[in-house]
Amino acid sequence: MTARINPLGRAAYHMVGTVLAISFIAPLAWAFLSSLKPAAEARKPPLPPWPTSGMTVENYISLDGYGAGFWTHASNSLIVSVGTVLLTVVISVLAGYGFSRFRFPLKGLFFVLILSTIMIPFQSILTPLFLILSKVGLQNNLFGLILIYVTLQLPFSIFMMRNAFDAVPIEIEEAARVDGASVLTVLARVMMPLVAPGVISVAIFAFLAAWNEFLAALIFLTDQDSYTLPVLIVAVRSGRYGSIDWGAVQSGVTVMMIPCVILFLLLQRYYVRGLTAGAVK
Amino acid sequence: MAEAQPPVRRRRGSQRRREIAGLLFVLPAMALVTVFFLIPLAMTVWMSFHDWPLMGTPEWIGVENYTKLWGDRRFWNAMEFTAWYSIVATLAIFGVAFPLALFVERPGRMAGIYRTAFFLPVVVGFGSASLLWAWFMNVDSGLFSPAAQLLGITEKPVNLMASTGTVFWSIMVLVVWKTAGFTMILLMTGLQSVPHDILEAAHIDGANRVQRFWKIKLPLMKRTLALALILSVAGSMLAFDQFYIISNGGPRNSTLTAVYWIFSQSFVSFKLGYGAALSMVLLAILVAISLVQLWLLRTREEAR
Repeated sequence: MTARINPLGRAAYHMVGTVLAISFIAPLAWAFLSSLKPAAEARKPPLPPWPTSGMTVENYISLDGYGAGFWTHASNSLIVSVGTVLLTVVISVLAGYGFSRFRFPLKGLFFVLILSTIMIPFQSILTPLFLILSKVGLQNNLFGLILIYVTLQLPFSIFMMRNAFDAVPIEIEEAARVDGASVLTVLARVMMPLVAPGVISVAIFAFLAAWNEFLAALIFLTDQDSYTLPVLIVAVRSGRYGSIDWGAVQSGVTVMMIPCVILFLLLQRYYVRGLTAGAVK
Repeated sequence: MAEAQPPVRRRRGSQRRREIAGLLFVLPAMALVTVFFLIPLAMTVWMSFHDWPLMGTPEWIGVENYTKLWGDRRFWNAMEFTAWYSIVATLAIFGVAFPLALFVERPGRMAGIYRTAFFLPVVVGFGSASLLWAWFMNVDSGLFSPAAQLLGITEKPVNLMASTGTVFWSIMVLVVWKTAGFTMILLMTGLQSVPHDILEAAHIDGANRVQRFWKIKLPLMKRTLALALILSVAGSMLAFDQFYIISNGGPRNSTLTAVYWIFSQSFVSFKLGYGAALSMVLLAILVAISLVQLWLLRTREEAR
């Protein structure tokens, strides 16, 4: 089929592709470039998007003036995201291994229960979650938020890890067991390197979900000091004294999107593999 | 004979130990899912039959929340808006994502770069994307209104926040930009999973490009289509971030979504029992959508 594409058609293809690619990236570039303008310029319509009267970090400094300061909220977001990644990976690796390699009572029921939670929107159980977190003293607490994010990641992550372990030939494991290695040693030393791509997929999904989540963070974090970045920047955008500092909003949006873009560009392969894992089956 | 016994017992013991090990492996996951999903789910049902204030004692009121909900104009307006939004968004997303999928389906380095570019907005959060749009839509400091003036589409500045229509369509552009890449990747995987020899055979039999697409590729990727459709409809039915951040449900509550109404009843008015009853309705609708779509597309595939 490729033989049919003539040079003219190919040029047209790449022209259309370039225009489309630029228009998809443009909104992100617009925020980044405008965030480098002086505050007064950032208030005007962003035409052109780049700073015309010199580059500054003024908008980033004014962003720091909101809430409990930029670093507090950035580290809240980092704690929640990294915590979610670590716990999700540990729990889903253990469970994936258990479901893939062991036989025990109620195994089928447990697996179906965990996977079926993906059908039910978490937005419909927010009220009781709020009560449970209050009851155990984890309301307005970053760790409480982490536990909820981890739970939401589990169906996808356990499905991924179960499949990853299923794909490893059983002989490799048996050889290690004959050599006298314990169950946990086999998992950590022999199996983990073999399922590493699955682990990376699970980790990147968990990071992006936790880093970007807004509704649960808005509800469960009531104290301003514990706000994560999305909640903080939405507060910035509601303005102070009746005026909105758009420069601070632009720098906030930039800070929020940069880790996502970099992670995706570096680990794209694993992300797309995770995405399509369920689609082809 | 006497010597044969110990190994058998040991094997039974080790089998039991493996059962316990397996249970221990899945225990943390089951504990989290139970505490933070199954129990809250049961509690939602329980709470929906109560008058449940934030402080003070809950009171059993039977189905009163449900009868109240039946006459709650705001809620049904929000439901209607959410349904309308979901249909339009799904059509728009598929309308953009399908051509994109066909566009990037081919091998080659440049096609890969285009794919990455189209997908990039997906990994940026809905919160960030909505903040970005709130800025673009602002009449004084934003982009859309001055750009429209510059291009001669309008003479005076347009306040996009002022009318339901402009809010709705501006958010629609945001949603398509933000999520088309996701649907594109799913559809591309579906297109690529069609076996090459079948297409080759059809080509030899004289089927042209268009026929090969409609008669072979499309029917063979039904499952992917079903998945992409469900994810798009279910995702849209749960829309919240963009309407909370950009329009605050306005103007005059005309862009309130179902989740937004549940949120404001539960966490602004603190009518927790009533919020739970509203949640039950949303939950039932979403589960029904998933089941119906799966069933529809499954049976049609089998009938072919």
